[in-house]
Amino acid sequence: MIAALANPRAFIRFSQWAAPLLGAVAAVLGAIGLWLDFTAPPDYQQGYTIHVMFIHVPAAWMSTFVYACLGGASFIGLVFRHALADAAARAAAPLGAAFTLLALVTGSLWGRPMWGTWWVWDARLTSVLVLFLLYLGYMALDAAIDDEAKAARACSILALVGLINLPIVHYSVVWWNTLHQGPSVFRAGGPAMPPIYLAPLLTMVLAYTAAFGALWLVRIRSEVWRRRAGALALRAAD
Amino acid sequence: MLLGRELALSWGRGGGPLLALAFYAATATLLPLATGPEPARLAALAPGSAWLALALASLLSLERLFERDFEDGALDLLALGPAPLELAALAKCLAHWITAGAPLALAAPIVAIALGASPTLAPMIALTALIGGISFSFCGGVGAALSLGSRRGGVLIAVIVLPLFAPPVIFGAGAIDAYGAGLDWKTGLMLLSAFSLACLGLGPFAMAAACRNALS
Repeated sequence: MIAALANPRAFIRFSQWAAPLLGAVAAVLGAIGLWLDFTAPPDYQQGYTIHVMFIHVPAAWMSTFVYACLGGASFIGLVFRHALADAAARAAAPLGAAFTLLALVTGSLWGRPMWGTWWVWDARLTSVLVLFLLYLGYMALDAAIDDEAKAARACSILALVGLINLPIVHYSVVWWNTLHQGPSVFRAGGPAMPPIYLAPLLTMVLAYTAAFGALWLVRIRSEVWRRRAGALALRAAD
Repeated sequence: MLLGRELALSWGRGGGPLLALAFYAATATLLPLATGPEPARLAALAPGSAWLALALASLLSLERLFERDFEDGALDLLALGPAPLELAALAKCLAHWITAGAPLALAAPIVAIALGASPTLAPMIALTALIGGISFSFCGGVGAALSLGSRRGGVLIAVIVLPLFAPPVIFGAGAIDAYGAGLDWKTGLMLLSAFSLACLGLGPFAMAAACRNALS
């Protein structure tokens, strides 16, 4: 499927219906997830603040998922020198930064009533913050190089370096200090969460993923159109 | 031969290690001014801030690491020459470590003791700074190579590279803390060495790819 979509024209045709479809799926799933969320009873320990979880946890998952997409697209762009993969990597970065920022901000808002503090220098929080800085560095490098092809390749190298570094950063800060709770969904012995919370959480994760897919496709499309417009302007100037 | 050339260049132009050392001393001087001169508070901060200042000081001379050769065309010659560009990148970073990293590592215990750290920590601080300096040079070299041909290279390198400095800073400062507290410090030191070796092994490939991209 990826090979078929590598042709920009085929991609434009595909994304023309895929992007709105994914957007609609995201809206429907998000509505269902929020409805499940608000009909769920308040947690016996956390009270109503449990509702923050359905915004916060999917955003935190997306922050790493988008980086994986960014790294994958960069790898394809770097190895196969594919222009569309470069466009995809470039389009993913601001989205990933936005999800990461959302995770940081909602986490901070959740931490205030639960932990009694806006921010602690805990392993999870710090590694997500470093991830946010990596996104910012990527975007800064992209913005600083004028030649687009060179910028794309430099950014791809940076994304791959970051991809290697991300697990190291994560485990180094875990080794350093941790207060954030451990994983409670993906762990040996099944999820440690009652289904009444797990259902809306997973729905929201799917909604976030669909929303990211829709926004990503739209951004890649606009990137392709922008390049085409640039090429047409060059041809007209000749 | 490449290493000799790089060493001569960094000693000759830009003042060699003196500039980095002066920057290091100046940052360390600002710390007591910012936090207050109470010895107890300073002593708690001393090893960690000596490390932080070290990370910042090693950034200083990175900007010119590739840019000088990129501007005068020497990088083209290096790319065309018989030695692979990876080797040239390795020599550059090694020279950076010898001229900036190693002197800074020798200065680190002095700075830490001046800030009030216990003198028994001195060998540990020098050792971790020496090993951590390798990762600073090689990680930083990747940032320097990537920002070739961009506007505002210096600030860009800092933004790209500083997040990647998180693991060595954690491992290095952690090993010093554990050593001071009489805990197991070998884990931190080994992790730091592992990270430095990984940078040493993988960094040159990323740098060479970035240089080829900038030259193309």
